Amino acid sequence: MSSNIPAELRYTESHEWLRPQEDGIVTVGITDHAQHLLGDLVFVEIPEVGRVVSAAESCAVVESVKAASDVYSPLDGVIVEVNELLADSPELINQDPYGEGWIFRIKTSAALNDLLDAHAYAAIALADDEDDASLANPKLAG
Amino acid sequence: MARLHAMIHPPHRVFRMAKRTPLYDSHLAQGAKMVDFGGWDMPLHYGSQLNEHHQVRRDAGLFDVSHMTIVDFAEPGPAKTLLRYLLANDVARLYPGKALYTCMLNEAGGVIDDLIVYDRGAAGYRLVLNAATRDSDLAWIAAIAERYGAAWTVRDDLAMLAVQGPEALARLAAVLDADTLAAVRASRRFHAVDGDTLFIARTGYTGEDGVEILLPVTQAPALWAQLLAAGVAPCGLGARDTLRLEAGMNLYGSDMDTTTTPLVSGLGWTVAWQPADRDFIGRGALEQQRTAGVPQTFVGLVLEERGVLRSHQTVHDGTREIGQTTSGAFSPTLNRGIALARVAAGIGERCQVEVRGKRLSALVVKPPFVSRPV
Repeated sequence: MSSNIPAELRYTESHEWLRPQEDGIVTVGITDHAQHLLGDLVFVEIPEVGRVVSAAESCAVVESVKAASDVYSPLDGVIVEVNELLADSPELINQDPYGEGWIFRIKTSAALNDLLDAHAYAAIALADDEDDASLANPKLAG
Repeated sequence: MARLHAMIHPPHRVFRMAKRTPLYDSHLAQGAKMVDFGGWDMPLHYGSQLNEHHQVRRDAGLFDVSHMTIVDFAEPGPAKTLLRYLLANDVARLYPGKALYTCMLNEAGGVIDDLIVYDRGAAGYRLVLNAATRDSDLAWIAAIAERYGAAWTVRDDLAMLAVQGPEALARLAAVLDADTLAAVRASRRFHAVDGDTLFIARTGYTGEDGVEILLPVTQAPALWAQLLAAGVAPCGLGARDTLRLEAGMNLYGSDMDTTTTPLVSGLGWTVAWQPADRDFIGRGALEQQRTAGVPQTFVGLVLEERGVLRSHQTVHDGTREIGQTTSGAFSPTLNRGIALARVAAGIGERCQVEVRGKRLSALVVKPPFVSRPV
């Protein structure tokens, strides 16, 4: 499974991507690799606008047909906008993880230097693949 | 997404070589995402579990269920006597070509497995059991069969395909000869057409019309390819799970196991109490439970708010914890979270399910969640 990892974005080890804008606002979503692993998304719990979050704090939940996963804020900041479309169309994350499937925007004064670049994230995603990224789910119908 | 990360790297890795069905290569060729299921390398989905689910509800889907355990009893006489003791439902209710869903219980009334038994007339009986319980099932059957002197064989030479959906029979027209097709069309639900090479049963695990086809392993890849060519979409175990849950069908190991009786698992209807003088394994324990009063009831839950239900979530009636979900999912057909749950008897019309620290309101319903005119 080779996934799309845009060169211009920043990443976390927990599979979030970040797109910084000039005005200190950063758009956050989950990577193509992450949505592949999760499978079809069926529910997204988005944070409230105005919420103050810390780096590595869980601030959203994405649920797929097989698992629920926390989405962590990559930085300290304030949630300034959320993708309301995800309430009715969680599949946007599967279809367009770096575009229509964005999850929230955060206003921050934190530096992005400590985050992964595309090259470093690609190494993490590749290691996942080689390490047999299959979900060991013994409770499936059969 | 650290929790996702933890899930995909399970702490207990199984290094034993996973078993493969005769369709393993076909699954890879179709781009299947393979997962370990009960020691078998099986397709989870072929791209989108949701699309596969909808495909079965709207048209027809094709499942490889060759991992399931098939056991034949060749001698009808001794087998009938044995099976009337081994199984909680009564094979005396059967006639040639008829199928019966039943539990196999231990002495305490706990469920060792659930299975379908087919009456094959002079050819005896055929049992289809779960894959994950294979070893314990076979050990249990071996011990009882020895006592009864009944010959039995495990049919690892057979594969099993399920074609399910409202258009399943129409699609079969492209792959079956005219006589077989007519026989399948004429057969009713829970009946089988027992041919020379194809054993075609009007059974399934989706709640839809359709068939399960048992055939020699060597012929399975060709039939699989023909069905794909006939426009039946391949579907994985992921869709199979959400389809069976919507249909209100229990999953062994989640909804019931050796520690629960059929009476607390929504399976009381599968226990044949009559005739009263038929002894079957677990009967005494079930009668005792029935007399003492069954403490729990097995219900369906439909989430009233947005969200997804999963297994092992606690169910509450106000301040009182009254049970647990045993299976849960997002229902693609209803667009809601649904679950099966074992709860205290006397539950009302509504309850609350704890989902990640929040109590969400759910309606209490009698499964199935989705019913089809079949």
